[in-house]
Amino acid sequence: MKQGVMRYLGAGLITVAFLGGPMEGAAQADTIQAADTVMAQEGVYNRPFITSVGRTAIGGYVEGNTNWFKEDGVGEGFSMELRRFNIFLFSTISPRIRLISELEFEHGTEEIELETALIDFRVSPSLVLRGGILLPPIGFFNQNHDSPKWNFVERPLVSTEIIPSTLSEVGFGVFGKFFPGTVTLSYDLYLTNGLQDGIIVNDQGRTHIPSGKSEEQFEEDNNGSPAVSGRFAARVPGLGEVGGSFYTAKYNNFVIEGETVDEARRVSIFAFDAQTSQPWGEVRAEFAVANIDVPASLTELFGDRQWGGHIDVTVPIWRPQMGGYSRPSALELGLRLERIDMNVGTFSTTGSNIFDETTALVPSISFRPTSDTVFSFNYRREWHRDMQGNPTAVTAGYQFGFATYF
Amino acid sequence: MPAPQRMSRTRRLQVLLLVSSLLIGCDILVPGLPADNAVLDAPLDGLLPEQLAVHLAGDEDFARRFSPADGVGPTFNATSCDQCHVGEGKGHVMFNLTRFGRMGPDGFDPLREFGGPQLQDRALPGFLPEQIPAAVTGASAFMPPAVTGLGFLEAVDDATLLALQDPDDADGDGISGRVQLVDASTVISEIADLETVVLGDGPTRGTLVDGQFIGRFGRKAGSINLLHQTVNALLQDMGLTTDLFPKDLLNRQTGNFAEDGVADPEIPSGVVNALVFYLKTLRQPLRRNETDPDVVAGDALFGSIGCASCHLPTLRTGLSELPQLSNVAFHPYTDLLLHDMGTELDDGYTEGRALTAEWRTTPLWGLGLSADFQGGQAFFMHDGRALTLTEAIGLHGGEGSASRTAFQALSAEDKDRVLAFLRSL
Repeated sequence: MKQGVMRYLGAGLITVAFLGGPMEGAAQADTIQAADTVMAQEGVYNRPFITSVGRTAIGGYVEGNTNWFKEDGVGEGFSMELRRFNIFLFSTISPRIRLISELEFEHGTEEIELETALIDFRVSPSLVLRGGILLPPIGFFNQNHDSPKWNFVERPLVSTEIIPSTLSEVGFGVFGKFFPGTVTLSYDLYLTNGLQDGIIVNDQGRTHIPSGKSEEQFEEDNNGSPAVSGRFAARVPGLGEVGGSFYTAKYNNFVIEGETVDEARRVSIFAFDAQTSQPWGEVRAEFAVANIDVPASLTELFGDRQWGGHIDVTVPIWRPQMGGYSRPSALELGLRLERIDMNVGTFSTTGSNIFDETTALVPSISFRPTSDTVFSFNYRREWHRDMQGNPTAVTAGYQFGFATYF
Repeated sequence: MPAPQRMSRTRRLQVLLLVSSLLIGCDILVPGLPADNAVLDAPLDGLLPEQLAVHLAGDEDFARRFSPADGVGPTFNATSCDQCHVGEGKGHVMFNLTRFGRMGPDGFDPLREFGGPQLQDRALPGFLPEQIPAAVTGASAFMPPAVTGLGFLEAVDDATLLALQDPDDADGDGISGRVQLVDASTVISEIADLETVVLGDGPTRGTLVDGQFIGRFGRKAGSINLLHQTVNALLQDMGLTTDLFPKDLLNRQTGNFAEDGVADPEIPSGVVNALVFYLKTLRQPLRRNETDPDVVAGDALFGSIGCASCHLPTLRTGLSELPQLSNVAFHPYTDLLLHDMGTELDDGYTEGRALTAEWRTTPLWGLGLSADFQGGQAFFMHDGRALTLTEAIGLHGGEGSASRTAFQALSAEDKDRVLAFLRSL
């Protein structure tokens, strides 16, 4: 009981009291709030935290999974991976100032990254100043990427290949909420150092926005021209939340020592997301379009437009009351449909479509003893057409994964 | 009537696990292997496990997207082998290479001072791509060929190719093929030496003919062996340096002699060797429908109208260090010789001693799979200018004109049989 109260105090106080939201649910053992009660911008705080040390609370999550796939009949066999072990630190420095950080260990210690380290200063619920290493608010997933929140082992393709989640950048900005009637409106606006020229200069041989992420951007902007990102959203009680967001940045090193050495090239991403949580289940969707200025000699080989989207539907089919939990557990069926096109356009030589497309269908069966923990079994079938649109390569296989907050 | 009993939770879970287990074991849900005769990237049968490991390492390098950090550029055409040779088949015309030069009183000049003979039409950010200089008298687009079965072509003895020559058309059949000869420069001699394997009385390939080496790979047969072809493609197509070609391509047209900043050689010899071994040990394409009566009849017609004079159905390898390639007959439908193809295909560009209208006979094996690797639309001839086989046959001039005329004189049914045969290759 004491632990439940503390966990409530962690997530509840953080997410609700700070921004002045409703206080219902105080007696719940589960700490993750559904999409119809918590807005996307609160994703970094919509997490459980264990008992605090002084004024600092500690939490985190861990996720792992198995893989067994074949592509056109050829597979690598069975393997297991521990994808992430993430540690959160939260501190209420004063009633108006709070700090949150997230340290990520990916694949053991293969990749260690300080994913979040930010300070919020609340002027009012409608005006909060934020600075540090933050998550630019493109779409829903980037700020709500914790694996225990999802019933699918893989992250959505649109959210990793078009929107380069998890995208964390150094910057500052403002966010807040307004409450006209029963509707809640939110906004986020940030200036950050932005993506860099790895978008083109990469080992993918094609335009790849995630390759534009760089450790260097935590130190300085590569071209002195910050990225601008923002998200505007509306939540209607009982219906859910819709959001529109953008991210735009000059990504290349076009100025060296004050001299212009290249044309400034811009990457812009526009996203639309929607989430609803109903008694019969939950739906999450995200769509994004990216426009990328590509050097003239690289066009066609490197796409100047990309798009993608996913729709996840999760339906609880059984809610057993298990010993030791104050709320029922849940057995859920899920289905994800997703598609990305990494190179929208036509070949100038033939006028035919440039493909480089992937479509995937992922049914899942998940069991949530509590909302903080998920065990998920996924079947994933993926259809890939290369740039020229040659006969579709089919990849299919099974994944079993677990993810839990701690 | 008794009320139906509700399934217990345990039983539900058991049913769920059972259904899941059945799904996991269901082959329908997991894609199987494609038909053996529908793919080009299979290894030779009977490779030893150690050889297969090298083959697979080469396969991985063939598909690897090289990055600027690996040394791609500063100017280049593609960033991986399989961008041009998708599935080891023919490439899309989007990846056509352009080569240019100038015909002068002393012969053909590849205009190296302008970055010739190959146009690198892409460049890393911060560098400018090349453009075709005004001085050229000829430029040709080269569509990437299929790379399968190349080990067999390499294993044909020089003596076999020399015996196939008929430069003066002594037999009067209108066909006068001759071998390509490549100057024995220091680096070409080293390349020949590195690949020399003595299994009998002496080397049977990479021998000097009038002080030059026989070329056998490339549209103009400008490469003497797979090592030559590989290191040349790494440099010319991707801007990757090797031990044999250790200097980056520089854009002489802009006077920019800055390199890409990656230490040379950018590609270690182990990767080069794996790539060469991979190409050497790719199986020959398998035929489809070869027993179909129309295909059989088309095969006979193909020979009777003279196509098989250049597109020689059968060649024989000499001794090879790989038993699979040693002293075996195979069916590439090429003689690896240069032939005059007439004005229709004379782009004014050439290599080695080939005249501008001379082209090496393209192997026809794998022809029927072309569209599967070119985005659904097959492109034929050296630059993909023909969209159908009939159109391609119609472009055969020079030494091929008699066969073209004979094909055009066939009945519609017989033409279809010839085309059915070609599609079965």
